[in-house]
Formats: sequence, structure tokens, C-alpha cells
Amino acid sequence: MAPRTLFDKIWDHHVVETLPDGTSILYIDRHLLHEVTSPQAFEGLRLAGRKLRHPEMTMAVVDHNVPTSDRTQPIEEPESRNQIETLERNVKEFGVPYFPLLSASQGIVHVVGPEQGISLPGMTIVCGDSHTSTHGALGALAFGIGTSEVEHVMATQTILQRPAKNMRVTVEGQLAPGVSAKDVMLAIIGHIGTAGGTGHVIEFAGSAIRGLDMAGRMTICNMSIEAGARAGLVAPDDTTFDYVRNRPFAPKGEDFEKAVSFWRTLATDDGAHFDKDVSLRAEDIAPSLTWGTSPETVLPITGTVPDPAQEADESKRAQMQRMLDYMGLEAGQKIAGTPVDVVFIGSCTNSRIEDLRAAAQVAAGRKVAEGVRAMIVPGSGLVKMQAEEEGLDQIFLDAGFEWREAGCSMCLGMNPDKLTPGQRCASTSNRNFEGRQGPGGRTHLLSPAMAAAAAVTGCLTDARELV
Amino acid sequence: MDKFTTLSAVAAALPEANIDTDKIIPARFLKTTQRTGLGKYAFDSMRYRPDGSENPDFILNKEPWRKAEILVTYDNLGCGSSREHAPWALLDFGIRCVIAPSFADIFFNNCFKNGILPITLPREICEQLMSDSTMGSNARLTIDLPRQVVVRPDGEEVPFEIDPFRKHMLLEGLDDIGQTLQHETEIKSFEQKVAGERPWMPSITLD
Repeated sequence: MAPRTLFDKIWDHHVVETLPDGTSILYIDRHLLHEVTSPQAFEGLRLAGRKLRHPEMTMAVVDHNVPTSDRTQPIEEPESRNQIETLERNVKEFGVPYFPLLSASQGIVHVVGPEQGISLPGMTIVCGDSHTSTHGALGALAFGIGTSEVEHVMATQTILQRPAKNMRVTVEGQLAPGVSAKDVMLAIIGHIGTAGGTGHVIEFAGSAIRGLDMAGRMTICNMSIEAGARAGLVAPDDTTFDYVRNRPFAPKGEDFEKAVSFWRTLATDDGAHFDKDVSLRAEDIAPSLTWGTSPETVLPITGTVPDPAQEADESKRAQMQRMLDYMGLEAGQKIAGTPVDVVFIGSCTNSRIEDLRAAAQVAAGRKVAEGVRAMIVPGSGLVKMQAEEEGLDQIFLDAGFEWREAGCSMCLGMNPDKLTPGQRCASTSNRNFEGRQGPGGRTHLLSPAMAAAAAVTGCLTDARELV
Repeated sequence: MDKFTTLSAVAAALPEANIDTDKIIPARFLKTTQRTGLGKYAFDSMRYRPDGSENPDFILNKEPWRKAEILVTYDNLGCGSSREHAPWALLDFGIRCVIAPSFADIFFNNCFKNGILPITLPREICEQLMSDSTMGSNARLTIDLPRQVVVRPDGEEVPFEIDPFRKHMLLEGLDDIGQTLQHETEIKSFEQKVAGERPWMPSITLD
């Protein structure tokens, strides 16, 4: 057999049938549901009199519009409450395993899946959410789908798809101190652009990627979609297996050993073909952040805001100018030192215990700058508990951060956590689109350490100066 | 799903790249449990001013583009979130065809599932179609799906590519699920094969 990539192998293991025109019926091992993109799919099933084929391969959790404040009170927004109650009715009717709002295991679906061992290497995993790519960190083929496809998976446990092309992004070398997985991924997106991975599945490889812990790999794979890719992957290795072992829903004992020996066969073969191959050197990557309203507008924290006048293409020039106007920035200004109003540490990109530790390291013994609202939103109830056991909550509270309950929160502003027009936010989330965190809000994407540094100095700051 | 065969309609140009799904419909409007009624939120931040009144400068607020059924944009249309609310909002507004030099994968897929035809054409041609679309009420383009051509107002025909399976589904207005369920035997035998090969695959069961 010709040498195959990790993606090729997972794909081949899941093809039920390839139709004459080249479309495949691809089997899905895990279907993750949340309250926003599932109601219309359940309704479709109900209207067609169809059953949910495999509830035991499906999992549901509420995350997108749950409040992150006191949860013993009823949810105030009637539409959010309705979506949550609708999910609760649906999971009951169709027998779907569900982590309710008041469960300690509740959290962001892309944090909960890996944390519970529901997402495993070699699987196909889908969810009606583009950041499903996160689970690719385990060496699973995981991608976001629309609600019609959610309904399709519910009814058939399959999806119709043509194979993606293979792309490899290699990062070799040693990351400099103070440079995190988020900086690596921002640098990659800045390099290849938001359409750089369109039509491809990206395998992240190289010593710098291998050296990352699972949280870091999840941060990288999470933002594959911001590079336009269908999914991101990291080959499963001992770091992966150590992470998966003893998770509640992972195979146990002898089954686990059998699983590991299968997972070890998945790595890309020597000589496998990649349609696109991109390399970055770890040493070249600095703590990074975005200046505009597209995730590809990346700068090192030591950089200056680019000048549209230098852009030859007229429509790109106009777009850059619009971004500067929206963001309230001037061409040529140093990005460091720009004052911020809000700091958000959370989201499926950066809300795991490792992220909170990195933020706490900067926050310890310091105070949130006057006039800045800084919030920490752990990725799950379990992350929150772990942080509290380690005393991180006290570090944050002493510094003046808000310590909140788990959910998507200000990443997309579907719950009450929103920016107001003109507010500038240092955010560990994944998208800086206009209005993403609230109408008129201005988002700078950066790492947890950089977000904490912005909180305590009141402006965009090189976190390396504080550790 | 409504069939898509031919469409002769007003086209509107949005000469921007990377129009993301948050721009097509912001997250705060995703709290519905219905597929319909989202047209009023389409392009919210461009279409309305902060006080809620219409922005008279926005193309879809002007005649005749208020009734546009075709949108022409630049690269990477629909990037960002997987929300199918984006095509639902476009469809509810009246858009049945979107034309761009490139699309984000999930949005591209989601269009087909809702009877919206996404057409990929080179940037120069998109520019020509944008220029056609400025010709007021003469700005009609004809999309002929069976023949796979866009007919410009001057009669020139621009061919486009489309996956044969997707073309068939659009022409017939077919539901994917019904089609896939015809392969029940194959799905079942696949499941048996996997149960034999990877018996360690756990089920998700909660107490």
C-alpha cells in the first residue's frame, strides 16, 4: 500500500461506501451536541418520524449561552432559557447522554469531550460548531458541521463527504521562553492566512508541536478553522496516551492497551504525500496578537500596526483601513502600550488548567489595573475545581479578576458577557470579527499569559517582561 | 427543500473578502429554535445603524437590490462559524445564489443543504458580475443550473463547475438523509465490521 497520512488512515477506517461520483459515506464515532445548533435538527428528526440512530455515540452539553455567574438563579434571558430547556427536553426524548448545567462536568463542549475521554484518538468526531477541530489534538478527525448535517448524523451516524486534501505545517525547534501554543498558532495563521487551509486537513508536525502538552495541541488544532482548514490533527503519541488513560469514558485495562496499539498505527507513513507543506521555525515565533478584525492580522507584541498605504491591492487596502478605523488604531503605532478595557481569559481555545496556570503566573502578586474588567471563565466545572484545588482562584481574586462559571461566555457574546461599543478587549478566544464579542467591541486575540499581562498593566504588554 | 433549476434575478455586489458568518448573522440572533424568520437579521451590522434604523448606504437597503436573490462577493465567503443560521438568514432574506472566487468549506456545504447554489468563479469574472449588478433594474443575472452557466445581462454565458451529486440534489430538491438511508445495509455491515475489529470502542452511558 502506498504511504498514507494520518488523515488518510483515519478516513480509510471510516469509509462505509464511496459513491460513483467520489462522495463517501463516512462513519462518525462521536457526535457532540450543544443547545444552539441542535434544536432544528431534533425537530427535523421528529417531523420525519426518524430515530436517533446511536444515542450511546452521542453526547450533549449546554455551553454557548449559559450564564457564567450564579447558576442557582433561573436564567434571565428568555430565549437562552428556551434553548437550554429545549435541549433538555430533546436529550430526554431521544435518550442522549447529557451533562446538565449544574453538573460539575458541564463545560464547553470542546473542553468536556477530551476531558471525559469521550473524544479519543483515531475517531471521527463531529459537532455543530466549527471549533470541533480542537479534538484533532488527540489524533482524531474532528470537524464542525451545519445543522442539516447534525440531523443527518443523528439519523444515519454518517456524513456525506469527499476526502479533504492533505496539508502539513511543521514547526521545528525550541520555542523561546514566554512563547505559548497560542503564539505558535497565531504565527501560523498570520503566515498562511485565513484561507490558507481551505479544502485541507492540516497535520501539525515537528519537534515544537511534539513538545507541546495536550492543552497546547488543543489550542493549535482549535484554531485550524481560523486558517480555513476543515480540521487539524496531531499524531497520537505517548503524550496523548498518558492524557487519555483513566479518563472516565476511555477504554480501561486490557482494552486500553489494545486501543493504544491500534492508535500507534495511525501516524503518517514516511514518504506520504502532502498537497501543501509549510514550515516555520520555532525560534522565529514571538508572543503574538492580532491588530485587526481577521485572525490573520497577526503581529509580534514588539511590532507596529501596518500601514494600508504599503498595500498594493486596492480592495485589500480599503479593507485594512476599515479594520484600523473599526479597531481605533493608527498605522505605524506600536501595538504594545495600547490601553484595554476588558480582559477575557477563557473559550475552547484557552480555558484549560494549563492556560489558567499560565495566566496565574503573571497575575500572582499583582493587581488588575484600574478601570479594567478582567474575567476568568474556566472551560469546565472540572477545570474550575482543579484550579481551586491549586489555589489559582485565590490568586485571581486577590488580583481583582472575576472568577466565573464554565461556558463559552465572551468568546461570542451569546450570554450576558458582552463588550459594549468601542470597548477594547484582550482575549484568549479565537475570533476577532467585527462585533464578535458584542456590537462595536474591539478584540485582540492573544495567549493567556499576554491577556493576564494586559489585565495587570492596563494595556497590551509583552508578558515576558512580567515573568 | 425547494428545487433549484434556473433563476433570473437581481444581483447585489458586496465587494469584500472574508465576509464571515458573524457578519452574515451575529451570534446574538442564534437563540431561535426555528430555521425561518432570520432574514431580518441578515448583515445586521451593515444593514442597520446603531439606533436600529436602516443604513441607506448599504446595497441591500437600496432599490432594486432590496429584492436581490443573487450575491456576488470576493474571496473566502462564509468563513468562521459553522452556523447554518447564515444560509438560513440569506435564504429568508431571499438569496438563492451566492457567487465568489472562493468559499469557506462549512458555509459552502451548508448552502447546498438549503437549496442555495454557491458558485465559484475567478475574481476577474466576479468583478465583471459586480459591474453588471450596478446596472439598476437591468442588473439581472440568469443562473441556469442544468446547463451550468451564468448568463450576463448582455447575453454572454459564463460556465461554472459543480459536483454532479450536489447538482442532482439541488435540481430535485432532495433530502440527503433519505438518500443515505438507502445505504442501510452497507452502514449496518460497516458497524458489524468495526465491532469485530475494534471491540474496545467504548459506549457513552451515564448513570
